[in-house]
Amino acid sequence: MTDAVSQPDQPETFQGGQSDLFSKFDPLIQMRENLLASGVEDPFGLVMERVLSPTTAICNGRETILLGTYNYMGMTFDPDVIEAGKQALTDFGSGTTGSRVLNGTYAGHRAVEQALCDFYAMDHAMVFSTGYQANLGIISTIAGKGDYIVLDIDSHASIWDGCKMGDAEVVPFKHNDIEAMEKRLKRIPEGAGKLVILEGVYSMMGDIAPLKEMIAVAKKHGAMVLVDEAHSMGFIGPNGRGVAEDQDCLDDVDFVIGTFSKSVGTVGGFCVSNHPKFEIMRLVCRPYVFTASLPPSVVATACTSIRKLMHAGDKRAHLWENSRTLHAGLKDAGFQLGTDSPQSAIIAVIMPDLERGAAMWEALLHEGLYVNLARPPATPANMTLLRCSLCAEHSAEQVQQIIGMFKRAGAKAGIV
Amino acid sequence: MDREATKARIDTLIEPFNKKGVAIDDATRFTDDLEFDSLTVMDFVAAIEDEFDIIISMNAQAEIETYGQLVDAVVKLKG
Repeated sequence: MTDAVSQPDQPETFQGGQSDLFSKFDPLIQMRENLLASGVEDPFGLVMERVLSPTTAICNGRETILLGTYNYMGMTFDPDVIEAGKQALTDFGSGTTGSRVLNGTYAGHRAVEQALCDFYAMDHAMVFSTGYQANLGIISTIAGKGDYIVLDIDSHASIWDGCKMGDAEVVPFKHNDIEAMEKRLKRIPEGAGKLVILEGVYSMMGDIAPLKEMIAVAKKHGAMVLVDEAHSMGFIGPNGRGVAEDQDCLDDVDFVIGTFSKSVGTVGGFCVSNHPKFEIMRLVCRPYVFTASLPPSVVATACTSIRKLMHAGDKRAHLWENSRTLHAGLKDAGFQLGTDSPQSAIIAVIMPDLERGAAMWEALLHEGLYVNLARPPATPANMTLLRCSLCAEHSAEQVQQIIGMFKRAGAKAGIV
Repeated sequence: MDREATKARIDTLIEPFNKKGVAIDDATRFTDDLEFDSLTVMDFVAAIEDEFDIIISMNAQAEIETYGQLVDAVVKLKG
């Protein structure tokens, strides 16, 4: 008998008291308990029992208008999209059970990547299982030890996590501040690789970036540029390619990151690029390699949706009209908004604090309206926000209904 | 530039951020004693970077917990 068999795998007794690794969450647990003790419905425990359309659902037993789903183009119930998904389920089964680089690339995965190349008029497209993984994978892989990442301080969690996963030096600058960005670029040691990371639309406040100016500065200092267009695809720009297209600087963007879980109406993430060596990413990018690929039905729905979004000019126009109407209506009602003018399909309503924000959120839910309650630390400047995201399928009448709901709930919660 | 002179310049820079008027020495901690949140850290770091024309990356910031460590880091970065 060897020692390995006669000895237990682990020590049998702990020395001293066992430390609870969950202690670090105590402040958050307390904050949540305090909030729920006030009797408010749990803002982070909502269940949609039935979904009736891209804009309505039964939530917690009530018929509710959806104004917080990022379903900008309302593609989730498009008959062609649904049909493509059903067909793929029948023809290819429920899942691929494999990595893209092994058994997980089906005809549908190739087809959706071609649809992305056509949509953006770019040479290469790489599809990930989520948008989060697209940022995680691309950023952590292209910026390595000794390289510098210069990024906006209000960047999405997936961007920060991508930075943390890689080995590059991470240098943030004040939100949308071109001068602050340039100062940092100037100070980077000569010869170091540089990646500037920006977003087209910042999802918390719904504001856009001055991409044209920022990208020009980045290029002047020899940096490569990655732009996350998750919240603009399908909607902003003449062809729905995003803010960079709208500001006529898409050609200077080295990598566009996007998602299928907003305008496209399913789940998945991607990167499109014209970089001549881009295809090597499929072998070196760990969040691409070491995970299962998207199910055939998902890539089929995404492909159909993306091709339809190329010709969705009328829907884009209606969504802009909705955004302008809601922004003006809420501003006139006396709410404090994240932007002076409507810049995207997101309108952020600023709440005085978390307690009143939660009360307002609940009052809206009772009116039959769902919005996102966003709270620190996800929000800039520790603000509590009610974040509204509009849909091209919201009717003009629904938008008026929404404004009425906000007025009544705002009065009830003592906000306006 | 020696440590004393560097420290003197940082002493001046931190004043507007030290809202509670905490007495600062080398052992003063930014989060626990000065209660800096992430936005304050960003603005304070930007002020130091501009003053000394250096970059204090997030990676470098993660190693800095006390005032003394910050002064040492700036001295080192300034070379």
